[in-house]
Amino acid sequence: MGKTTGKVEHKIFNPAIECISRDELMAMQGERLREVVRHEYENVKLYRERMDAKGVKPEDIRTVEDLKYLPFTEKSDLRDEFPYGLLAVPREEIVRIHGSSGTTGKPIVSGYTRGDLDVWSEMMARTLTAAGCGKEDIVQVAYGFGLFTGGFGAYQGADKIGAMVLPMSSGNTQRQIMMMRDMESTILCCTPSYAVYLGETIREMGLNPAKDLKLKAGCFGAEPWSEAMRRRIEELLCIDACDIYGLTEICGPGVSYECLAKQGMHINEDHVIAEIINPATGEPLPYGEEGELVFTTITKRGMPMLRYRTHDLCTLTDKKCDCGRTLARMGRITGRTDDMLIIRGVNVFPSQIESVLVGIHEVAPHYMLYADRVNSADTLEIQVEMTEEMFSDTVADVEAVRKKIVESVKSVVGIATKVTLVAPKSIPRFEGKAKHVVDRRKL
Amino acid sequence: MFIKQISVFLENKPGAMRELTAVLGSGGIDIREISIADTQAFGIVRIILRSEVIDQAMALLKGAGYTARINHVICAEIVDKPNGLCELLTVIEKENLSVEYIYSFRRTPARGATMILRLSEQERACKVLKEYGVRVLTQEEADAL
Repeated sequence: MGKTTGKVEHKIFNPAIECISRDELMAMQGERLREVVRHEYENVKLYRERMDAKGVKPEDIRTVEDLKYLPFTEKSDLRDEFPYGLLAVPREEIVRIHGSSGTTGKPIVSGYTRGDLDVWSEMMARTLTAAGCGKEDIVQVAYGFGLFTGGFGAYQGADKIGAMVLPMSSGNTQRQIMMMRDMESTILCCTPSYAVYLGETIREMGLNPAKDLKLKAGCFGAEPWSEAMRRRIEELLCIDACDIYGLTEICGPGVSYECLAKQGMHINEDHVIAEIINPATGEPLPYGEEGELVFTTITKRGMPMLRYRTHDLCTLTDKKCDCGRTLARMGRITGRTDDMLIIRGVNVFPSQIESVLVGIHEVAPHYMLYADRVNSADTLEIQVEMTEEMFSDTVADVEAVRKKIVESVKSVVGIATKVTLVAPKSIPRFEGKAKHVVDRRKL
Repeated sequence: MFIKQISVFLENKPGAMRELTAVLGSGGIDIREISIADTQAFGIVRIILRSEVIDQAMALLKGAGYTARINHVICAEIVDKPNGLCELLTVIEKENLSVEYIYSFRRTPARGATMILRLSEQERACKVLKEYGVRVLTQEEADAL
């Protein structure tokens, strides 16, 4: 178990909001929703057209209850409107772009105004504080810094708290551990699988985290994990491991966060409204029922999201938490409504891989993806059928095609994969909805 | 000046070779020579047959779902004595040709041995070998061995 024993001290960054009464919160959400819907209707063509098509005017939206009349937004909309089509402010108001992979070759991007970055920093400050981080702490950020939101998000939150930041970025495990020890890092931010890998490496080096390190907690997210993995991380690193959730479309990490009670992730409801819907019908479901998570941003100005469908499945509860926070909590993500995979923190859609394969003329579009977890790291194997066109009597020629696939996938999707060439017709053919993914990871 | 070879893609898994040979066996096809290039993940099997059964073999293989191709390779005679192969390779090196693969084939009556060669620039390679006095067998000559 983690360092938390007996009575837990719950730190709260912004008690006025995080412990607000539900009634006050609903009123605040309603007010902000009214304003943001008007802002979106006036400034974003797609939202205006969709609302007009449904016969909804901004003045029809008065309270949170009216949310259900608004149209949904999908990841494909961000791709279609790439790069600036969904901006609700003039381009020069945007001070930052982050992005992640889309469903095909093109990435999706999100633009932030100065104010949006401040909101995001506040959300991440609450997130880190909930894991026990204060001004005196040393935060080692081992999420990647770049278009990916993880690194910058964690940095901004720690910066807002006034903690000391070690912006390590991802990878280079030996150096991470050296700095962790020498700088006496107390909070670790990275993907859960990397936390396990760090823990295992630390143990292999003969270090005892309880004696040799000062780590006390970690905020882990960007990929699905489990209670079993939490126990493993807590044992390996002798820390409290907290789950965090986020997505680029909304802001990045910090959309919701666990406190040390570790009973679901508190949603920053003064900035986003969460709904659970029936993924098949789009009907809203009551708290407690499992369905698809949908977010509406209510303070974001640069690229606000109207009922954004995450395709993540989970449940919500608005019961007050042991920590004292009143913000509703979401349970662990139990699955996806689509076939998106998260590999080492990167979103991977089979359709992206397919578009790469189709683009290589020798290659047949018959493929299967196998996700595995080997030594705590996710691996993705792509099986591709050998065709007449790509076959040759020399190993060098066949290997060249294989490497071409590996490199094309790497350049489009951004992850290294293992490509295996298999016999023709050995991959199952699908008459209905094709199933291209086998996830063999035991989380 | 070339002879035909069939190459077949195989996954690297138990039973793959047996299945392939069973397919050829079912058609009464005699494998005269076989060579395998194996990598960690897959193999390329190269087979020399008598020319009259090549089309039948290809039909059998395709029918069984294999990816197979007919390639043209060089069948060159060397003297079956120490340094025999080395002399051939010396010529190849001197002419800046590179060997994609090489394996041994049948003996010839005149105390020789034959090698199957896949070289870079096959056309030029064939001409060069002849210029150096190396005997390059025709398909008919190879069939007769």
